[in-house]
Amino acid sequence: MDLSAINPVLLVASLMVAATPLLLASIGELVVEKSGVLNLGVEGMMITGAISGFAVAVETGSPTLGFVAAAAGGALLSLLFALLTQVALANQVASGLSLTLFGLGLSALMGQGYVGVKPPPTPKLDIPVLTDLPVVGRILFGHDLMLYVGVAIVALVWAVLKFTRAGLILRAVGENHHAAHALGYKVVRIRTLAILFGGACAGLGGAYISLVRVPQWTEGMTAGVGWIALALVVFASWKPWRVLLGAYLFGGITVLQLNLQAAGVAIPVEYLAMSPYIVTILVLVILSADKSSAPASLGRTFHASH
Amino acid sequence: MIVIEKRPQPSQLWSVATPIVAVVATMIVGGLLFAALGKNPVEAIATIFWEPLFGEYAFYYRPQLLVKGAPLVLIAIGLSLGFRAGIWNIGAEGQYIVGALTGAGVGLAFYPLEAWYVFPLMVMAGALGGWAWAMIPAILKVRFGTNEILVSLMLVYVAEQLLASMSLGLLKNPEGFGFPGSRNLQSYPSGHNAELIEGTGMHWGVVAAFVAVIFAYVLLNRHMLGYQIRLTGEAPRAARFAGVRPARLILFCLGLSGALAGLAGLFEVSGPSGQVSIDFNVGYGFTAIIVAFLGRLHPVGILLAGGLMALTYIGGEIAQGNLGLPAAAIQVFQGMLLFFLLAFDLLTNYRIRFAGKEVA
Amino acid sequence: MKFTKLLATAALGLGLATAAVAQDKTKVGFVYVGPVGDGGWTYEHNEGRLAVEEHFGDKVETVFVESVPEGPDAERVMTQMALGGADLIFTTSFGYMDPTINVAKKFPDVKFEHATGYKRADNVSTYSARFYEGRAVQGLIAGHMTESNIVGYIGSYPIPEVIRGINSAFIHARKVNPDVQFKIVWAYTWFDPAKEADAANVLIEQGADVILQHTDSTAPQAAAQAAGDVITFGQASDMAEYAPKPRVSSIIDNWAPYYIDRVQAVMDGTWESQDVWHGIGEGMVGIGEITDAVPADVKQAALDLKDSIASGEYHPFTGPIKKQDGSDWLAEGETADDGTLAGMNFYVEGIEGDIPQ
Repeated sequence: MDLSAINPVLLVASLMVAATPLLLASIGELVVEKSGVLNLGVEGMMITGAISGFAVAVETGSPTLGFVAAAAGGALLSLLFALLTQVALANQVASGLSLTLFGLGLSALMGQGYVGVKPPPTPKLDIPVLTDLPVVGRILFGHDLMLYVGVAIVALVWAVLKFTRAGLILRAVGENHHAAHALGYKVVRIRTLAILFGGACAGLGGAYISLVRVPQWTEGMTAGVGWIALALVVFASWKPWRVLLGAYLFGGITVLQLNLQAAGVAIPVEYLAMSPYIVTILVLVILSADKSSAPASLGRTFHASH
Repeated sequence: MIVIEKRPQPSQLWSVATPIVAVVATMIVGGLLFAALGKNPVEAIATIFWEPLFGEYAFYYRPQLLVKGAPLVLIAIGLSLGFRAGIWNIGAEGQYIVGALTGAGVGLAFYPLEAWYVFPLMVMAGALGGWAWAMIPAILKVRFGTNEILVSLMLVYVAEQLLASMSLGLLKNPEGFGFPGSRNLQSYPSGHNAELIEGTGMHWGVVAAFVAVIFAYVLLNRHMLGYQIRLTGEAPRAARFAGVRPARLILFCLGLSGALAGLAGLFEVSGPSGQVSIDFNVGYGFTAIIVAFLGRLHPVGILLAGGLMALTYIGGEIAQGNLGLPAAAIQVFQGMLLFFLLAFDLLTNYRIRFAGKEVA
Repeated sequence: MKFTKLLATAALGLGLATAAVAQDKTKVGFVYVGPVGDGGWTYEHNEGRLAVEEHFGDKVETVFVESVPEGPDAERVMTQMALGGADLIFTTSFGYMDPTINVAKKFPDVKFEHATGYKRADNVSTYSARFYEGRAVQGLIAGHMTESNIVGYIGSYPIPEVIRGINSAFIHARKVNPDVQFKIVWAYTWFDPAKEADAANVLIEQGADVILQHTDSTAPQAAAQAAGDVITFGQASDMAEYAPKPRVSSIIDNWAPYYIDRVQAVMDGTWESQDVWHGIGEGMVGIGEITDAVPADVKQAALDLKDSIASGEYHPFTGPIKKQDGSDWLAEGETADDGTLAGMNFYVEGIEGDIPQ
């Protein structure tokens, strides 16, 4: 055993990278759930974003265009979910699960020509002086741009939800769609926009895996991150900054357990891999004392009957 | 302008017609997809829907439909009762795994003892395992008001890790040369859930699925508890006035769905699958949620929906083998089918009117 | 119900008959555990299938079903192929072992080839590759190349196949570099690119400058490339897109010669059940080109080792070798028997840490 082999600075820096796909997908889903919609199709939207972004980045040679395409691809797929749940009033749980099935298949079809191809590299930020600072330089200024975009989106969502009228309306729709409707807000339109935003974020998260973190395309490469994102939103009790914290914690547990293994600490891997989920359940239990946290209309179908 | 109006009563006609319309729509759009992939669309569709039922080798595929559909129906029946009452267990996959682990664990503990009581004990252990796993979200909901959707979902991942740990450790076959996976229960007569009549696909799990359908039908239509379940789902406030105790209902619905999922896991692990392995679970618990909704949460509907899902799985495999369709195309096709079924369901509960200016 | 059974048995017999009366074309089925687009394990088996098609042209027809879960689904897919008239079926995952045996019982005239298993029958062969021979070559290069004397190893699951590879690589790294240490990380997955990338990064951060992987994605290669001065080896497929550095060589699963051979045997009527464990010599384990990032003398040593293994002159597990706990395993000049290798569940002396149980 040699714990001194673990370099805390590098540990933090790499857990930030590990957490970013999760962060992007979760913050999108948070907005969706705040509007009162439960979309279980995150995994499907992520993988669709992963291949859309990968294909476009390879064809154009530009990772930036790739990320734009990933957001578009994720949003397009989520539009299907919006049509089903908001227009055809279908059950959200079943629609979300179907969306994942569909997305996994669709992405595999789209990606048939892209196995074994190397995408253009996404450049890392390299600010003279700042990046070279001891400790904080590597952690704060040494990443690729998308990582900062992820954090920026969290800040943006937080600010919009807390300070703007749009955020207030979104929350009103999520708390009580009938009351919001009575006040004259377009419930269906607002929810559709939220779903599209969620899809775009999930797509970005997927592309972060296929373009930055791995980077390659293989079928099913998101390997369940979308499901963890769902857990994370609850873990964060629908609060944006806690999503950031939670994503770093979830990502951190994976990186930490690998670090401990490499340092020769005998740990039961399976039990450590369970721990994020058990922690989430505990958090849920603690949170349930506070009834205000979950959007009251979450998962309910809305139809304006008058 | 198009207006969607809620029907006072769900339309009988449309509730029968929508699944047919949806399947036809899927055939058309799916056919276009197959054509785009360079395959003969008519042949592909026929392979998926016709071949397993009436093709040359239907004698083999028809029993396989039972094997593939039974766990889906068994789990979906349990889930549907809760869904009707607004109790959302989406962690059936986890309960399925734990039921398989406890059931197989009991069987393997008795190995190599041959006795009549081994299999019944395994069945009880399987049901108990699934029940206990579902009791976690149930008790947390009753005691603390914790959201059962998320707790049951989280427990799926815990169960998956448990499965990996068991396959590599405690339940590993001591004669398996160090490879992961348990002994094969198919070669342990007392613990084997064999076909009751050879070549029919009928094993105890299939019997259990049919019994569950009948049981759920009777419960919902003839029993006080079934009435309470329906009332709670449709009018929660009224239900409370009518003396429904929500806590009891939650414990019952989650417990029953967990026990049925656990049974499905046990019947699968001791029969068609035979052994506990890292990848033992193949998503029945999640697919069953879709089956429950496709079946409109009605026992007979679920039976039909389970059959339809099984058909697309088996037909899809045949299409892969015979026509060289990629597995992904089959997945997309299944996704489409589900979308259309869910979307057209609108017509059952709502009326679409092309409203003119006369709207007051 | 009796009648149904009769019907079923009769019809099964009929199915056999049609299968047995082989058409002019030999029909070969492949059952895959992953998608053909996984770029690793299944991808290479599919390359083998394509090679069969190319080699035999019109004389052969191949069918495959991908992403088949291990268990009853696999059994159904195999039965479907047998009913459809397949003469030979390759089942390409360890978890297909019992299903293959079950289906083979029902179709005595169809030949089955199961990869990496240990259960055989009159119409079931098993085949596997001695990947540990390739690991020996990697170990030698790794031992020479490492400057930090830390070699990182990404394992999938702690099973004999993987442990064998670790031991083989370690023995040969130690031979050329007595100070070398292995850091082993278990990913507990065969395929999760993101986790593999994390594992590679962790190892690099802890000082490893050589990464060996027993998982199938190129994620560790990309991580090594980003880190800079780290070398890696391709796994399952050549991963030549990362050459000449970080990827300095590779182990390639080359199933094509074996598949062609067995299809030919079925055509000639000479097919017999066998247990095959082929290595570099037979061409089942390929060593990808050693790039110029490796100094010429090291490259030469690696090629010499490869040749001596290929010719059968040298066995990678040749004594004296002790087990991790210091007890004797192989005496001077003694070589390991296949039985011990197949079930290997211990580390050799010098490796630190325990195999997770």
